[in-house]
Amino acid sequence: MSTSLRNNQHVVLAAAAGCLLLAGTALAFYWVPNAPIEGFRQRIFYFHVPIALTAYACFGWAAWKALRLLWTRERRYDLESYTAVHMGVIFGILTLVTGSIWARTSWGHWWVWGSRQLVLFLVLFLFYAAYFMLRYSVEPGPRRANMSAVYALFGVALIPISFLAIRLAEDLVHPVVFTHDVQSRLTGSQLLTFLVCLVGMLALAGSLYVNELTGKRLDVSLRELREALE
Amino acid sequence: MTYLADVFALARKDLLLELRSRDTVPAMLLFVVSTLVVFHFALPSDSSATAETGLLWVALLFTALLGLVRAFVAEREDRALDGLVLAPCDRSAIWLGKAIGVVAFLVAAEVVALPAYGLFFRPVEWELVAAVALADLGLAAVGTLLAAMAAAGRARELLLPLLFLPLVIPIVVGGVGASATDDPGRYLAFLGLYDAVFAILSWASFEYVVTE
Repeated sequence: MSTSLRNNQHVVLAAAAGCLLLAGTALAFYWVPNAPIEGFRQRIFYFHVPIALTAYACFGWAAWKALRLLWTRERRYDLESYTAVHMGVIFGILTLVTGSIWARTSWGHWWVWGSRQLVLFLVLFLFYAAYFMLRYSVEPGPRRANMSAVYALFGVALIPISFLAIRLAEDLVHPVVFTHDVQSRLTGSQLLTFLVCLVGMLALAGSLYVNELTGKRLDVSLRELREALE
Repeated sequence: MTYLADVFALARKDLLLELRSRDTVPAMLLFVVSTLVVFHFALPSDSSATAETGLLWVALLFTALLGLVRAFVAEREDRALDGLVLAPCDRSAIWLGKAIGVVAFLVAAEVVALPAYGLFFRPVEWELVAAVALADLGLAAVGTLLAAMAAAGRARELLLPLLFLPLVIPIVVGGVGASATDDPGRYLAFLGLYDAVFAILSWASFEYVVTE
């Protein structure tokens, strides 16, 4: 791929993300009617849930690249998997922040152990934060790439298992009293707004991913050049 | 059959080493009992059964961690792990042998910890024993793989808990659920599922962790 085309790809992705997110924000605030029970504050749903789904997509993408690395042993997949985890953690933190705001406005507390999504993202955040510790602690090289890939694969196995565990733990520690009952009955306008926001968030993640990957690749080649010169 | 023979030889080596040096298991025993005593003073006197079971599981988790931190010490010295990797056997046999050794250490610690818990807190029921047995398999499977990863890092004693704890939260949920509710079947089944998923994953991916 020529450099100009690749630069264009960056610009197109970023522009698409910007337009879609602007449109989604406008739709969410001005077009969609208030939700019947939750009222105005339910509108954070159009940001919180797309951000959470985007974080899952990033972790899934990281695991896919990790699988490719173990399969083909091509070095470039290591950086791609790493960058995807990086993006996943950023969107995971955003999920925690928006979820926390939603919990505050709905239930009056910044943190609610009864909210499955929040608890799951806390576990995932801890898990993937350790991924960075692992990478910083091990010398760069093929073995670190393999380890990171295995760890990223464990992450996608952990997501459903943790989800199940959190559901089981709810019955155990505290009966469920809080539910966000919005996903089950989305009307046409709500669904459209949600989809616009979701595609916008995915485009944003894609755009950030492509940029970060370019930066990380540059960093690696710069380091290799420096080592060659020394 | 040579695969099983390899696994057996590797597990036997770990158990013999421990039997002769007595490095790890006595430390785990002492640790788990002292933790239980500390927990007695940390809990209010009218605490619930769930709270006490929960603390037992925390104690077991940290005891497992104590053993796992030392799991690859012998292999790291004099680069014995490189020799094992070069040996003409399947690499996953190294994981399986080590995991069997870890399970044996855990069982040894729990043979003391569970009666001590029964003595200090409340009687031990069969659900708790079953949950602990299932949890041991999961802890050993995941822990052995992560210990091999951490052993390659610079700050291994520091790194292992960070890698290990988020991954074993489901075990705590299953364990506490099985021993503190009226319906242990669901939680035991969940522990079994966890063991199966992560044992297969660890078995299949160990080779990549120790090779380049």
